Amino acid sequence: MNISVDLQREENKVVGFIEGEIDAFTAPMLREKLAEITLGDSKEIVLDLSEVSYMDSTGLGVFVGFFKNVKSENAKLKLTGLSSRLKRLFDITGLGEIMDIESSTGEVK
Amino acid sequence: MPQEVERQYKAILRNYLEQQNELNLYEGQTFSKQLIQKNISPEEMIGIHRAALEEVVSDIPEKIEHSFDLLIEVMVRYGLALHEHQNLIQKQENFRIEMDLAANVQRTLLKTTVPQVQGLDIGMLSVPAKEMNGDYVHFLSDSQSVGIGVADVIGKGIPAALCMSMIKNGMDSVDGAHVDPAIVLDVINRIVERSVTDSMFVSMIYGSYDATTHTFTYASAGHEPALHYSLQEGTFHELFIKGLLLGVLPQTTYQSQTVRLEIGDFVVLMTDGVTECRSQDGFIEMEKVMKIIEDVKTESAQEMVEYVYKELILLQDFELRDDFTLVIVKRAV
Repeated sequence: MNISVDLQREENKVVGFIEGEIDAFTAPMLREKLAEITLGDSKEIVLDLSEVSYMDSTGLGVFVGFFKNVKSENAKLKLTGLSSRLKRLFDITGLGEIMDIESSTGEVK
Repeated sequence: MPQEVERQYKAILRNYLEQQNELNLYEGQTFSKQLIQKNISPEEMIGIHRAALEEVVSDIPEKIEHSFDLLIEVMVRYGLALHEHQNLIQKQENFRIEMDLAANVQRTLLKTTVPQVQGLDIGMLSVPAKEMNGDYVHFLSDSQSVGIGVADVIGKGIPAALCMSMIKNGMDSVDGAHVDPAIVLDVINRIVERSVTDSMFVSMIYGSYDATTHTFTYASAGHEPALHYSLQEGTFHELFIKGLLLGVLPQTTYQSQTVRLEIGDFVVLMTDGVTECRSQDGFIEMEKVMKIIEDVKTESAQEMVEYVYKELILLQDFELRDDFTLVIVKRAV
């Protein structure tokens, strides 16, 4: 099991592609990789989760922590490409209401 | 003791000086283990070497003799470092013992008993995947109502354990088991939010069952929804209700809903250790879990939770990935 974060800088925003499974084992790695992101002039971070096959509550913790950090720097965080399972996780936890999330396109909920 | 060490070393040295082979060299390696065990410092060892050498070799040049004095001086700091290291190991061991003690105190403090309320049958099972359980169940009760809190603390170690105490205190501080679950969660959220770090949070469901009206009122803080099984319809209903995880935002308010239980109906409260089970062929669907529960719907609540655990652990090849907690509250009469 592994996790990879591929970062791309676009105009005014940072886009990260996350691939793998996010569980108690890989969550610390993900947290470290996200902590390395420097905002610079960008005011928005978009994380694409369409290649995340599994995420448990530990993974959710990483995103909550990251969300708080980004917010404290007056920047925005957006999560995209959520599978129906991931979307459910964000809905149940109420995080979907305070965070900007987007399901993968064409998916019927 | 040192004399014994000196005697042994002399023999090893004599052997090696006579014949420089692997076996005699290896003797030295084995000997060093003994030195560490007996707390002999590097500079002491040089002293031992020097004394042994003087006996084994008769004509040591004076300059070589003097060089040992220098070497001993050079090694003194190594000796101190070694001593410090040993102290740290001892301290670490003491910490571990204290941690174990603290964990035991914690377990005793957090222990909850399933309440006995007339007309109500409650079953509860909470199994940790690792040593420390991140799931927590606490009951409140009075003569006609039961309050049930099921929480999943995301985070590790001592902070997570302390968090459970906060939940318990929050529940105990409200005025009894009949208090509106939404208020209970408001209270706990305020306690938890002030105290947790950024990547730690808690999901929790709290329900209050009133045995006089046979109603179950519930509120959720980002927790896995409870299920209501209607015996007459033979179906499960997901009791979804909005609510943010505890410890994320201070100004969160919760809401509650009520469902009525008929005789034989039951409510299932659980953590994601039940809903997020994975077998080799992928996720175990919630429909499958419901089917397992339904199969034993006529058993006692305790037998039900134990059966579900057994079935699910079987499907997962006996590997519990996440803490498993299941509470079933059944209206008996």
